[in-house]
Amino acid sequence: MILTRRTFVKAAAASGVAFALPGAASGQAHAPLARTIPSSGEAIPAVGLGTWITFNVGDDPVLRDECADVMAAFFEAGGSVIDSSPMYGSSQPVIGYGLEKLGRPDALFSAEKVWTSSAADGPSQIEQSRRFWGVEQFDLMQVHNLVGWEAHLDTLFAMKADERIRYVGITTSEGRRHDLFEQIMRDFPLDFVQLTYNVVDREAEERLLPLAAERGIAVIVNRPFRQGELTRRLEGEPLPAWASEIGASSWAQFILKFILAHPSVTVAIPATTRVDHVRENVAAAADPLPDAAMRERMTAHVRDL
Amino acid sequence: MSEWWTYRPEDFLLFSPRVYWRMFELHNAAFWPLHFATLAAGLAIILLVLWPLPRRGLWVALILAALWGFVGWAFLWSRYATINWAIVYVAPTFGVQALLLAIAAARGGLAMDRRDIGAWLGVLLMAIGIVAYPLLPPLFERPWRSAEVFGIAPDPTAIATLGALLMASGRLAPLLSVVPLLWLLLSGLTLRTMGDPQAWLPLLTAGTAIAVLALRRLIPAAK
Repeated sequence: MILTRRTFVKAAAASGVAFALPGAASGQAHAPLARTIPSSGEAIPAVGLGTWITFNVGDDPVLRDECADVMAAFFEAGGSVIDSSPMYGSSQPVIGYGLEKLGRPDALFSAEKVWTSSAADGPSQIEQSRRFWGVEQFDLMQVHNLVGWEAHLDTLFAMKADERIRYVGITTSEGRRHDLFEQIMRDFPLDFVQLTYNVVDREAEERLLPLAAERGIAVIVNRPFRQGELTRRLEGEPLPAWASEIGASSWAQFILKFILAHPSVTVAIPATTRVDHVRENVAAAADPLPDAAMRERMTAHVRDL
Repeated sequence: MSEWWTYRPEDFLLFSPRVYWRMFELHNAAFWPLHFATLAAGLAIILLVLWPLPRRGLWVALILAALWGFVGWAFLWSRYATINWAIVYVAPTFGVQALLLAIAAARGGLAMDRRDIGAWLGVLLMAIGIVAYPLLPPLFERPWRSAEVFGIAPDPTAIATLGALLMASGRLAPLLSVVPLLWLLLSGLTLRTMGDPQAWLPLLTAGTAIAVLALRRLIPAAK
């Protein structure tokens, strides 16, 4: 049996606790911190790769190669989870191009979404997405922003039962429809939820993150940098000296460590077009992470800037 | 879409400014040197509307019909739609515009007989769309390769078309202005959401055309 990253992770995850993935295969010094998916015990690296806007480069051959370079650096740094959606323009075929170019890395954890108001169109859209990625099946399929959620969840749970996907989830962003989101979390056996959470958008702390922990649902955090607005706002400000206490050497790492320190968070999915940034992002998935008091200090500091 | 009031224009912007402007670079490279032909066609339209040449309204409508069909297919459908799925629904309106212009041609063409202030503003719009637009990249610190050229890119095509229509009389002219106006509003809003300083140009030209058309309806003497 060939020991792939995934089979290793699954076996090692029996402990059910966060740990560092082996970086020997990628030659890196420090492997990223991993988090366990509660419903399966499988561990995944705590920083993934979002593709909203950044991977929508159309047929541009130069930019497609740049995206493939970002993916290569992401996998090399120990990353695994790549998230996309049919809503993201050409992001899906661009991911497929990158995966093909990189020889279809075993490490990939594919997270996709179904995004159509038509229940009947859901299966064909999922199949089209699968072809764009060029994967045998998706690891995680989510209902994008709860569009047509009832019918799509029926489809996704049936696909999971048939072992055509491994996990089922729902998504929201920027605090939308949290009441309905919460109700679905209570009523359905979800594996994942995806929501917006960061040092300034903390609404999810009130009900959704505690509920995820209570229900054993993995949490993917989108828009960690508010689509870059947060890091752009902070880049003119000096990083506080005490950021070194949590091992943050940039504002991006400062923000990601804040997110990852929440005990309910499984993985954050920042998007980027830059190789150096993707390395920096994955490197944020490392100890030390801030404790509760430090997280409050981080929030206050950003708020007061 | 639920809770639509919580969405901002930025939430509908699917691509980065870099991807947007590189799209024009790739498009120009793909169709070079067709630009000389479309620019020549644009200059021909200016000559046709200014000089009382025979059947000029027919030729103006035919040229514009061909260019709207080409831009709709080559730029919107084949290129822009790859990064913006909403364009799949917009591209057919360029086909409709081409069809309407062809119908106008079949009915004898546009009556290019206005010479009021609105008509001269139309000439100005044609000059902006055909002559000025390709010269914009250095002003906005972009490479020449990203130039938007009349008959190749949608904005200058729409602006010059509006200019020609402001010189035309008859009931068809306002109807033929609808698609160019809607496109310029959409393009201007897209550029504005991208934070691009060029956004004011499509919005200002569309606003000028709307003002002229509105004044002509409100003030009979202006017709």
